[in-house]
Formats: sequence, structure tokens, C-alpha cells
Amino acid sequence: MDAQPESLTGAQMLVRSLESVGAEVVFGIPGGAILPAYDPIFDSKKLRHILVRHEQGGGHAAEGYAQATGKVGVCMATSGPGATNLVTPIADAYMDSVPLVAITGQVPSGSIGTDAFQEADIVGITMPITKHNFLVQRADDIPRTIAEAFHLASTGRPGPVLVDLPKDILQAQGSFSWPPQLDLPGYHPTTRPHAKQIREAAKMIAAAQRPVLYVGGGVLKARAAAELRVLAELTGIPVVTTLMARGAFPDSHPQHLGMPGMHGTVAAVTALQKADLLICLGARFDDRVTGKLDSFAPGAAVIHADIDPAEIGKNRTADVPIVGDCRETIADLVVAVGELYETGTRADIGGWWAEVDGWRTRYPLGYAEPTDGSLAPQHVITRIGQIAGPEAIFVSGVGQHQMWASQFISYENPYTWLNSGGAGTMGYAVPAAMGAKVGRPEATVWAIDGDGCFQMTNQELVTCAIEGIPIKVAVINNGNLGMVRQWQTLFYGSRYSNTVLNSKRIPDFVKLADAMGCIGLRCDTKADVDATIEKAMAVDDVPVVIDFVVGEDAMVWPMVPAGTSNDEILAARDTRPVWDANDV
Amino acid sequence: MALTRHTLSVLVENKPGVLARVAALFSRRGFNIESLAVGPTEHPTVSRMTIVVSVDDLPLEQVTKQLNKLVNVLKIVELEPATSVQRELLLLKVKADLTSRSHVLETVQLFRAKVVDVAADAVTIEATGTNDKLTALIRVLEPFGIRELVQSGMVAVGRGSRSMTGAEPRLRSAS
Repeated sequence: MDAQPESLTGAQMLVRSLESVGAEVVFGIPGGAILPAYDPIFDSKKLRHILVRHEQGGGHAAEGYAQATGKVGVCMATSGPGATNLVTPIADAYMDSVPLVAITGQVPSGSIGTDAFQEADIVGITMPITKHNFLVQRADDIPRTIAEAFHLASTGRPGPVLVDLPKDILQAQGSFSWPPQLDLPGYHPTTRPHAKQIREAAKMIAAAQRPVLYVGGGVLKARAAAELRVLAELTGIPVVTTLMARGAFPDSHPQHLGMPGMHGTVAAVTALQKADLLICLGARFDDRVTGKLDSFAPGAAVIHADIDPAEIGKNRTADVPIVGDCRETIADLVVAVGELYETGTRADIGGWWAEVDGWRTRYPLGYAEPTDGSLAPQHVITRIGQIAGPEAIFVSGVGQHQMWASQFISYENPYTWLNSGGAGTMGYAVPAAMGAKVGRPEATVWAIDGDGCFQMTNQELVTCAIEGIPIKVAVINNGNLGMVRQWQTLFYGSRYSNTVLNSKRIPDFVKLADAMGCIGLRCDTKADVDATIEKAMAVDDVPVVIDFVVGEDAMVWPMVPAGTSNDEILAARDTRPVWDANDV
Repeated sequence: MALTRHTLSVLVENKPGVLARVAALFSRRGFNIESLAVGPTEHPTVSRMTIVVSVDDLPLEQVTKQLNKLVNVLKIVELEPATSVQRELLLLKVKADLTSRSHVLETVQLFRAKVVDVAADAVTIEATGTNDKLTALIRVLEPFGIRELVQSGMVAVGRGSRSMTGAEPRLRSAS
């Protein structure tokens, strides 16, 4: 550690601070206001700067890096439009609690507020979409601010933090020493769960006859997959994993019912509806899980564990609230429930399992082969999952392909499924896959994208090709904005207003891939699917793009229509599950 | 459930942008601020906001929790009318010529307000008190003709010897 303060410029202090706090990679693009920072970055031996092609790509790459590694992702941009281009990934990171530090240049202090060239009030703009943000006013404050930004981003409920640096502050001379003293008197996240609440929760778990473990992304954020498995196996309780928690519990595990929510499995959705106890771990009763809130799980008591007290009771009243880190909470629950079991306090959930298994057997995930001879997108995604295997990382965009990738790939390991869950950001996949590959270079990284999403951010394939980041991209090309089209089919009388992209004709994704320095492949028949995927798997030095030309009429099922009760789930079009008379 | 008025006393770090963060949070989460007053405290690094909101109990809990998540917010206490002193300041310019002036001054005395400026045809009155008292004063003076009215947000402090800031170890480290 540096003992004596050194005299450095603000820009040098920024780079030294990033190095000292442990950042290894920065995704960014220089510009006028941030230019002073790029001079010392040029000399840094510890920081790898990856020159992206669009700031949005830089932001999503930092998210992908963070979600794949658990470290803080860093992106950098200049003032004005550079900074505003980061708004979407910052909002995305806020919704999905991704630890992200965004560093932006700002016009010189004296010009702030004058509508100077490339000026935007990015601190004001990002206030509602960051965990916190800073406008640095003195060069001497840079080390402390960077340390605080990383601390805030990575502790408690993780999230994005923005640091705005006026150009004159980067150029000013200041004194650097590390580590700085953090000054965050109002920031004290509660990580230790309350023992009394744990005891109450354990009693309810031991007594419940129809319990469900409702597992959310917080379990992954807390790196608690191992603890979750212990709790699940100790109790034998059915598990559902939300879109943000896929991989937190092995899909192959017999207790796993799959994903709940709008496109969840019939078993997962129905188990929540008919439960007498929800053990909610790091999930937030999002509308895409609950459907119409007042008819969600009407007979269930709720144990709600979350590190963010504001999530507890926000949408659904909790009978036992537990504020704390999910790993500590689950570990404590294991002990407390185990003690109760030893005293013989344990309800029989055999009857519950018989019901749950009935739904699971009668309504498994599946899809109908297209009758027009077109390629089924679900088949393509299933085979990618099987051929790439459970150690690969899968990153999706947003839409039908995202739901199929969540449904039809078997996730066995945490941090192998990355997507934009809360914000639903189309265009997330390619740059986030790039970031994931940078963070986990030994892993095979597949972006599973739609043709609509792909056309939003594919420019980062150029970055991948030049920087040596060999990701694989499967474009599930149905020529349409597929999910919107599905809603038009179901709710707008098949009037396809502005959802036809014609991307089977233009652009030519194979040529586009080639132009961007990638290998481009195309596949439009079932017979070629495996060979094409294997061809892509054999390449490990350049990015590969496969244009999977698929049918446009495939739909995502099951589905709970938006705004309706989860009881209205459709297993397939016009197929409502039939409950037995003895179902509650 | 009817909406009820709640008075929140919020200690915040005295830093630029904190008011914007609090205001943005209220608008972002769809809560209306009825009154807001910000000022210094006995700690130079700490400011105190007194915020009056009209919400149900459940949303109030959400407001408080969301406020607590703001990194610059140090402490939040809800002050009940019965156990706190709550005051607003009113400055009122009322038409008062030779014929009406004595009536106006009489009212001022009744309300224990005071005249702080006099012109040929108007007086400016300063009054402090609860919202109810000030509303009553305005109502009585209205017939004379109100030329200008300016009113502060409410400030409030808990009754008794306990201090909201003193009992807070975080504040000692902040100051």
C-alpha cells in the first residue's frame, strides 16, 4: 500500500484508483471531456481497456462481465451523448441489481450549466436509475469517490453507481494515497438476518403442508447456490427459480419445477398458486411472476428474505420479513429448520408432492413441430444447450428467444444464464456476451439473440473480432419482432402492425458477420442444426454468428395473459390445464 | 383507508444534490409532497428536511424505506402531532387603509401575529403556528383583501429532552 501521498493529476489518480480497487477491465470510448483519463490508461499495465463501438455496448459488456464473474463491471464514456448512451445499460443494471461503475467525463466545472458543447446533466439524468451517483468537485476526492463507488456497487443490494468527472478536475493536480477513508455515514446495509425472524420462519417451514421455495436473483447475487441446495434437500420442498435465478438450482434436480411467471411451467405457476407457504428468497414479487397481484398465491403465508428492506412488503405483505444477505439467511434457516426436525416437528408434504408431480407430468414444457416445414426455434435452442453443455454461459436478448432459452436450456450451474430480466432491454445479448467472455475467457459463451435484438447492438461483434473475444451468436431469425407479433396474434386479431422486420431478406446476417470479421453460418433445416452448432463449437479464435432461419408462427407457451390471474395460465394456445377434483 | 398527513423529519448529509434526490424519489414513486422545509442543524455536515406527505400507512412505510435507501439519508423519524411541536411561517400582505387598518391590527393581535411592514394602504403581517391556526388567520383577513401571501413549509421537532441528532452515533462520525 502507498504510504506517502503522491502528487498526480486527477486523471492519473482515476487510473491508479481503478487499479487499486481491483478493476481489471474497462469497456469504453474516449471523447473530449474524458480525454485526460485516456492518457494514463494508455500506460496502465493492470487495466485492460476494451474499445467498444457504442457506449451502450460498453455498458452491457460491463454488466455481462459483472454477472458472469461477480466482480464490479466498469464502463467509461465521455460527456453529453457518450454519457446518455450509457443510460440504457445503467437502467438495466439498476433493475437487475448488477454491480456496475460507470465513469463519465463532464465539461469543465466552470462550464457546467451553460449548455456547453457535449454537456448533459448525467448525474441528474441517472439519479432515479442508479444506486448512487457522484459529481466530483476536487481532484483530491477522486480516490475516495472511486472506492466509495465500488463499495456501493458491490455491497448490500448491488447496483450501478455513476461517477461524473469534469475535465478540469481530471487535469488538476492532487495528492493520491491509497486506501482512502470511505465517508458513507448513511449507508449501512443489513446483512445479518435477525435470529428471531429465522426462528419464526423455520417454524412455518416445518409446519407447512404445501410449501414452495420461490428463489430469485438475490440468491445468485449472494452466491448462495450451495446453501440453497442444502436447504432444499434438507426440507424436500419444491423449488421454482425466477428468470433472474435460472442456474441457482440445477434444472435436473428432481425438486426443481422450473420457472414461475408469465411464461413459467404449469407446475411452477400452479404450485405457487396453491401453496400454503411461499419461502421467497431474494425475489421481489415482480408482476411478471405474480400476474394479477391480488389473486397471486391467495392461500399462502409469506416468508420474504431480501437484503433490501424496501422490497419486503412492497408488492405482497410478508408474514415473516427477513432482512439480510441470502447466503447468511439460508445458512441460518438450514440450522434452525434442522433443529426443529430433530425434535420431530415436521409436516408431511408427501400429498403436496403427489399433486405437484401430477401437474408436472401432465403439463411438461414442450412445443409443437411447425406444420409448414419451417425450423422450430425451440429445437435450435434446445440443441445449442445440449451441445454446448452445462458449463457454457448463455446470454439472451429479450423476447420469445429469451423465454425459450430460459425454458429449453437446462441450467445446472449458477452464473451460466445472463439476461435482461427487469428492464427487458432488447440488444443486451451481444455486448453482454462479450463482457461475459472477457470475464470468463475459458468458458464457451453463446449469445442467443433474436433478429430484432441483434440489429440493435451487433456492432460489438467488431469489437469482439478485433479484441479477440470469440463469442458465438445464434440469431433466432424469424424475420419479426416475435414476442410483439405473438401478442398481436393473441390480442390484436393477428394484425401485424410494424412487427415485420423482413430480416430473412435484409440484412444478410452471414455477410454481415463476415464484414465484421466473424465467421457467418446459416441454417434453415432441422437436419443441419447439429452440424452447424458443432461447426461453431469447433471455432475458438474468432466470433461466430449463426443465422438460424426459423418459422415465424412459433409461440411461447405456457402463458399467463398480462394483467390476468395466474389461475388463467394456458399450457398451450386454447389449452387450459384441467385440475383434478381434489386439487384445491 | 383515507389518506392521512404524516410529518417526516429526515436527517441528510449536507451535500449538493440531496434535495434533488429526495424530490426525485417522491415523484418517481408517485408520492405527493405537501410541504417541504430544508435547513441546517446543530451539526455542520447535517441538514434536516421536514416533509409532510398525505399517504396511507402502507405507502408511508414504502416512502420511508425508499428514503432510507438514499445513500445521503442518515435518519428518518415520523413526528406525531401530539408529541411534537409543528410550526409554519406566514407572511401576508393585506390591504389596510385608514378605515380598515384598526380592524386588521385587531385581528393581528388576536392571533398573536405581528406587523413587520407598513405602507399607506397595506400592512405586512408575520405569523407562525400550526397549519390550522394560519389557515384561520388567512380566512379572517381575506375580506380585507389579500395582496400577497407567502408561506413556509412546516418545521417540526419532537417534544421533551431527547434529540433526534444526539442519539445517533453515525452523526458523530459524520460531523
